[in-house]
Amino acid sequence: MTPRRLADLWKAQTSFRKSSAFHRHVDRAFRYLTLACAATTLLLVGAILWNLIEHAWPSITKFGLGFVTSSQWNPVKSQYGAASSIYGTLVSTAIALILALPISLAIALFLTSYAPPWLAKIVGTCVELLAAIPSIIYGMWGLFVFAPYMQKTVQPMLAKLPGPLFDGAPLGVGMLTAGIILALMILPFLTAVMRDVFAMTPPVLMESAAGMGSTSWEVTRKISIPYGLRGLIGATFLGLGRAIGETMAVTFVIGNSHRISTSLFAPGNTIASTLANEFNEADSPLLEAALIELGLILFVITLIIQILAHLWLKNLQKRQAR
Amino acid sequence: MQNKNPYFFLILSIIITVPFWVAFACGDKKSEDKPAAEKPADPGKPGAPEAPAELKVASSLTGAGATFPFPLYSKWADAYGKDTGLKLNYQAIGSGGGVAQIKKKTVDFGASDEPMKPEDLQKEGLFQFPMAIGGVVPVINVEGIADGALKLSPAVLCGIYLGDIKKWDHEELRKLNEGVNLPAKDIAVVYRSDGSGTTWIFTDYLSRVCPAWKDKVGAGKSVQWPVGMGGKGNPGVAAYVKQTAGSIGYVEFAYALQNQLPAAQLANKDGQYVKPSIESFMAAAKHADWENAPGFFMVLNDQPGAETWPIAGATFILMHREQKDEAKVRAMFRFFDWCYRSGAAMAKELHYVPMPENVIELVAKKWASEITANGKPVALK
Repeated sequence: MTPRRLADLWKAQTSFRKSSAFHRHVDRAFRYLTLACAATTLLLVGAILWNLIEHAWPSITKFGLGFVTSSQWNPVKSQYGAASSIYGTLVSTAIALILALPISLAIALFLTSYAPPWLAKIVGTCVELLAAIPSIIYGMWGLFVFAPYMQKTVQPMLAKLPGPLFDGAPLGVGMLTAGIILALMILPFLTAVMRDVFAMTPPVLMESAAGMGSTSWEVTRKISIPYGLRGLIGATFLGLGRAIGETMAVTFVIGNSHRISTSLFAPGNTIASTLANEFNEADSPLLEAALIELGLILFVITLIIQILAHLWLKNLQKRQAR
Repeated sequence: MQNKNPYFFLILSIIITVPFWVAFACGDKKSEDKPAAEKPADPGKPGAPEAPAELKVASSLTGAGATFPFPLYSKWADAYGKDTGLKLNYQAIGSGGGVAQIKKKTVDFGASDEPMKPEDLQKEGLFQFPMAIGGVVPVINVEGIADGALKLSPAVLCGIYLGDIKKWDHEELRKLNEGVNLPAKDIAVVYRSDGSGTTWIFTDYLSRVCPAWKDKVGAGKSVQWPVGMGGKGNPGVAAYVKQTAGSIGYVEFAYALQNQLPAAQLANKDGQYVKPSIESFMAAAKHADWENAPGFFMVLNDQPGAETWPIAGATFILMHREQKDEAKVRAMFRFFDWCYRSGAAMAKELHYVPMPENVIELVAKKWASEITANGKPVALK
């Protein structure tokens, strides 16, 4: 757009608005205000990143890349590595998403497409109530109620399956239990947002598809999901964000061990649980720096996942447009 | 919609938010400066001429640190406050936090389960003294084995936590426990996942009695555990032990008693098998050589005495040697002295172990000689 044309546009705009000079000022002030708020977010993220790097610097310079690849976590010998925490964070979040995504999708579809309105209202309220339960409650419930159930019922059953995933003694706590608790925690979030996304699909689109003889599943798959894809991915990210950084609930049930194991029954840890465990008593500067570097890594992991999702979404839209 | 100059908005927004940024950037420094600036504004002090007749005693104290003695300090403060009006605000933020806070002078006293080394005390201008005894107890969950029925030697306990002894019917365990029906079950090892004084006492004990532990693991508030799973806090360990058949864990003595967790007997330095009890903990403190422990740096692990429970440590109070507010020091000394003497029965009720008389006297002597307010010793009465 040439500057000339830009100026014309601006002139046209201002002459149109001249009718109410006062409104124009209010409008402009409001615009500045929103922009200032948005810019604050940006600066805040930048400042957090800078702060993390600054405080993690002793650990970054001491351990270098080895910090990410080593699963040594030895406060006595001041040797720190994040591999087991990174592994645990990714695995527990993956378990949570694998379990929670299809279930929440199903609940959301049921609420918007199949349930009679009175039932949808009741179930919808329940879902929102679940979302309001503090994470420590999930943790306590997980430790005192769910872990014994896992130990006595679920794990002995799963142990019969072949493969290294379900090896080892049924301890009740461990990676799998943490993943399931996380799934329960993010389920209401995912469901609530997905329901709203599906509710926004224009009824006329769905009705026309149904009119052309599509089954309910086809309407869902070909109309509702593609229409709300952006929103669905947004919902997934809300859930993922909560799962990846969840602290208390995971710390209670994951078993808190710095060892990497292929078995999902084995105790493990996550970045957030390590922070919760160690930060209180981190009296050596290097340990504190290592913990802050863990926080930095969590930050970077989230960023990478965000970027990948955006790229994937862009690619998807391009293909759809074709 | 097109804007006249998009950069204009950006610049403006940055200008608008500048105050926030300044606040953020300076936040750190301010919080550090504050306590020092606030100190002179203590109640009853500023400006007013000193009343010579009556000794001034501060009416409120702040402390922060170890979580282990928190219930005890709360009860003491409550009972003492009813008689004297003293308000104690104690924040149980953990030993490490307590040390950090007293270094920054944001509290009147810090509390830690791990004694500070004499040279560190010197460097920071701090003084420490033991307030109560904490013991650590191995607790088990093995079917058919009651409280106190299982005997453990230091070597076996070490072997279990190193992962060398994996089954309950291991030869070494059977040798120690003739007549006890030991199952052929895996041992599930449980430890504290959060950094804690309890872990420090426990691992320090293992390091003292077991060279292999000292080599491979060492002592610390958190260590690299060779085997097992970690529960958060005493409640976490207790829950893991209660729920897992064939498990062994370690918790604070008070916690084991309150939750009726089956404890094991342990062989002490004299080779005697003892059960954990208030008496066996006090025996550890009584036999310890406090006189020759500079800065009261003393760990009660593996102390001599036939009755002595071998895994114990004192919980400490930290304060600055050079104080500014005499009224505050006086309030602290009076309070802690009351805790030692009148509070001992209360401590036992809560399953804490009070300090023996010989230690109390030694501490009072050091208070008089080591702590000063504005360069002068503090008169108590």
